[in-house]
Amino acid sequence: MAENLIKPENLVYEKSKSMTERELHYCPGCGHGTAHRMLAEAIDDLDIQGETIGIAPVGCSVLAYYYFDVDMLEAAHGRAPAVATGIKRVLPEKYVFTYQGDGDLAAIGTAETIHACNRGENILIVFINNGIYGMTGGQMAPTTLENMKSTTSPRGRDIKTMGNPLKISELVAELPGTYYATRHSVHTPANARKTKRAFKKALEYQKENKGTCLVEVVSNCPSNWKMTPAESNKWMEENMFPFYPLGDIKTPK
Amino acid sequence: MAKKGDVVIQIEKCKGCELCIASCPQNVLAMSDKVNAKGFRYAVKVNSDCTGCANCAVVCPDAVITVYREK
Ligand SMILES: Cc1ncc(C[n+]2csc(CCOP(=O)(O)OP(=O)(O)O)c2C)c(N)n1
Ligand code: SF4
Ligand code: SF4
Ligand code: SF4
Repeated sequence: MAENLIKPENLVYEKSKSMTERELHYCPGCGHGTAHRMLAEAIDDLDIQGETIGIAPVGCSVLAYYYFDVDMLEAAHGRAPAVATGIKRVLPEKYVFTYQGDGDLAAIGTAETIHACNRGENILIVFINNGIYGMTGGQMAPTTLENMKSTTSPRGRDIKTMGNPLKISELVAELPGTYYATRHSVHTPANARKTKRAFKKALEYQKENKGTCLVEVVSNCPSNWKMTPAESNKWMEENMFPFYPLGDIKTPK
Repeated sequence: MAKKGDVVIQIEKCKGCELCIASCPQNVLAMSDKVNAKGFRYAVKVNSDCTGCANCAVVCPDAVITVYREK
């Protein structure tokens, strides 16, 4: 008979303390859940749960305030970096993050994203790039890849008529106020652990008041990509990563 | 010899995405034939080769899995 290992002293991994008990509403296999968990674990590791304030977006993660067990605010669509700016300036000793999808951050909120980074606001911007508007049913986003199908580009994105996909992380990395910009994924254990390390780094930089940190997570949307979770992750590796390569984009000098 | 581990799967929270299965180096996990109250097939243990590496729990979007490992 194997001995029973399931006892408190043997516990090595459980749900983050910086998350509530509430069940996530995301579709099966959606990267939003894992991205939430890695950010919450970074908050646990730094022991800053009581000093962290998050701003939720409009998009599938609109209900992020139910899931993070830290003070949370909900911003109007795309305005999270502006709200985060106000909070951080009034409460500079707090750790402030936004959590935004590509429609929120790179379409309606492009101005807020660029200007917060250009001003070098001491906030962490978490950017979930799934190349599509998930919540509203899979319309084309600025980040939609060339030839990628969406409900508003049913034959695939045609660059001539629909423009180029936008690498907004590379764009804001050019701005003097951006201190750290990096791109990750959460679809494998190793990638998810790296993402958590990037979140930790970005939150630690916030203590030094060096400028804006942006952590992009290239993610999936199995429902609107119309794939199983496993297929969507494979598609992401084959199609998203070549255009949105993983790794650091701007690191502190 | 590798340390022994074990996992606890909260089957009612599972959404049957199968991402944990692909991430397990020991092939400990598989999908159930039955469904939970949400209507999803859920992850189940099919052998006792777990080493407590936590890969499955790290990739689970819904924080369904808790991991134990002998000290
Ligand atoms: C002012 C305003 N315009 C448009 C919408 C409709 N809308 C809701 S979510 C969304 C985009 C969501 O996509 P994304 O930010 O990529 O997040 P995802 O759902 O993919 O996680 C849009 C356009 C809205 N709610 N408010
Ligand atoms: S619609 Fe897409 S992004 Fe939204 S929860 Fe479902 S899989 Fe995730
Ligand atoms: S802890 Fe590691 S070995 Fe055990 S079931 Fe999970 S992935 Fe497999
Ligand atoms: S990764 Fe989590 S939700 Fe998906 S099948 Fe495994 S236990 Fe269930």
